[in-house]
Amino acid sequence: MATAKIRFSPCRFWAVVRKEFLQMRRDRVTFAMMLGIPVLQMVLFGYAINADPRHLPTAVLSADNGVFSRRIVAAMQNSSYFQLTRNVDSESAANRLIEIGDVQFVLNIPEQFSRRLMRGERPALLLTADATDPAATSHALAAFKTLTESALAGDLKGPLSHLQLTAAPLEVIVHPQFNPEANTRYNIVPGLMGVVLTMTLVIITALAITRERERGTMENLLSTPVRPLEVMFGKIIPYIIVGYLQMGFILLVSHFIFEVPMAGNLALLLAVSLLFIAANLGVGLTFSTLARNQLQAVQMAFFFFLPSILLSGFMFPFRGMPLWAQRIGEVFPLTHYLRIVRGVLLKGNGLTEIAPNLWPIAIFLFVALSIGLKRFRRTLE
Amino acid sequence: MIKHLPVIDVQNISKAFAGKTVVNKLSLQVRRGEIYGFLGPNGSGKTTFLRMLCGLLQPDAGSGVCLGHNLLTEVDQIKHRIGYMAQNFSLYEDLSVRENLDFMARIYAIKSRREVVAQTLERMELIPFAGQLAGTLSGGWKQRLALASCLLHEPELLLLDEPTAGVDPAARRDFWEQIYALTTQGISALISTHYMDEAERCHRVAYLAYGDLLTSGTAAEVIKKSGLITWSASGPGIQDLSERLKQQPGIKQVIPFGNTLHVCGTDGERFAESLRPFIADSSYRWEKIETGLEEVFVSLMSKREGGHSDGDS
Repeated sequence: MATAKIRFSPCRFWAVVRKEFLQMRRDRVTFAMMLGIPVLQMVLFGYAINADPRHLPTAVLSADNGVFSRRIVAAMQNSSYFQLTRNVDSESAANRLIEIGDVQFVLNIPEQFSRRLMRGERPALLLTADATDPAATSHALAAFKTLTESALAGDLKGPLSHLQLTAAPLEVIVHPQFNPEANTRYNIVPGLMGVVLTMTLVIITALAITRERERGTMENLLSTPVRPLEVMFGKIIPYIIVGYLQMGFILLVSHFIFEVPMAGNLALLLAVSLLFIAANLGVGLTFSTLARNQLQAVQMAFFFFLPSILLSGFMFPFRGMPLWAQRIGEVFPLTHYLRIVRGVLLKGNGLTEIAPNLWPIAIFLFVALSIGLKRFRRTLE
Repeated sequence: MIKHLPVIDVQNISKAFAGKTVVNKLSLQVRRGEIYGFLGPNGSGKTTFLRMLCGLLQPDAGSGVCLGHNLLTEVDQIKHRIGYMAQNFSLYEDLSVRENLDFMARIYAIKSRREVVAQTLERMELIPFAGQLAGTLSGGWKQRLALASCLLHEPELLLLDEPTAGVDPAARRDFWEQIYALTTQGISALISTHYMDEAERCHRVAYLAYGDLLTSGTAAEVIKKSGLITWSASGPGIQDLSERLKQQPGIKQVIPFGNTLHVCGTDGERFAESLRPFIADSSYRWEKIETGLEEVFVSLMSKREGGHSDGDS
């Protein structure tokens, strides 16, 4: 418009906000999505998904009934990684169990194992694993190596003490900070905050604006004195509130149900989250200007959502990805937000520590919002 | 506002989309209290023209004044004083009738919002539906709600884009009664329509095709300008008669109307010449009738189609 005087009317703005809340309340599916997605993800990621699986079914094929083999089997049980579910008496039966997936491991104890061990012959102990999914077996395998050593330590005394392992010439001290028990939930649950916000906010904003255009209500709206800025902020602010409600919910559940430590300043976290929420809304806005209908808007949101989740370090360790993937991952606001959330909650980071992750989100927000606003204006024509 | 000034006065307004001209140098005046009918085939530029008047689109060229405000620079002032009703129902289907009106009243920052909404519900007889979701209303009631919503802020000019499309005849009649009532209060209306009976209800009409204004004026003026003479013929086998008439020189068009044919020509002499042998044939009943708008518009379109191959845009 030639005379683009910026006169923001609180009355018109409030009218749009009110209307948006009314529609939100009436649209059961969207409402369910805003509430259901956080609940569902909390349950699934908090309870169902575990990167450190235990009680893996294990079969034992033992040809030795000596004290050492019994010790090792008992130690495996005690480690909680292995659960002895079967005793088999032939190698083919053992292989069969692995092939059909009934057991994850088969422990093969050869004949005369205990006797040969005492003689110092270093008998072999074979642990066969179904390593199709490396994540399922790697922790158990690592544990197995150490548990065999420590299991026998008590028995290798007196005349057998020469069989004891000699100590390494140095001592290694490992200090796993911030999450000493290696509790996956402590990492996943705070991360969920970012995932839930990305998922709902991008989709819902894209939908809310596309719907206005698809149904023709935008045309009606723009023939009134309402200004594009009032429409946009009026539509976006309700979803910022929704975003904060989701965050509050996740924080409460994290604290009271999953007992995630909250070492840092929550107010700081809530404040910087606004940047992240705005970045996602900017993406949603941009998608809404590109999509012709609501279906397309959802499809586009998924194109953003998938790489966000996969490359951000939410599910897989960020540093485990090849460099090119890390570079792409750095673009997404979720990557940085995850570091912020985990940093604040688990490490007690302050503003100085999270600052390096704030500006990439700010740049993203700036780019997304300027594309979105520019296109938003153009689509009004 | 001076009473006799036109509410709409545009000169040579043009608009093109992706290089395709949709409205071509259109000039038009609408007077205060007038119902101005806007006709033309689909894709003729009616909607685009209406959108330019209400500030949804910026004209590429030309100038105009709407309610005393410059169409190019004072869109915001114009928006406060017009009521626009889009072609498709464009209120919120998931809000109730009352919520929709309340929302629009807030958008227009109406001071005594509650009273105005209550009065509008009553005036438009929408009270029984006040709590109903707009999406569940029938076509006629949706249209009534849409009209109600663009009357809330007491506009001086209504821009109605095919307001009665898909609405049953009784609801259409009611609608026109309301429009008449409004114009007696000094409100002007620019209404696009496809219905000839509605065109005849307008004080003045304009016929638009492919962006060009082909004719305008009162119905009588438009008919007179066309110079068409019309005869109606009825009898057995008029299908066959129609084919034979079309071959004759001087006969411009033959339009079937149920069991009768409307046969038109412009050149009195040649037309009479061509018709004479057919009128002599006693198996048909011939009668000279008054030319209607429909005959005029069909004739205008057939003239245009010589130069245009592509129809819709």
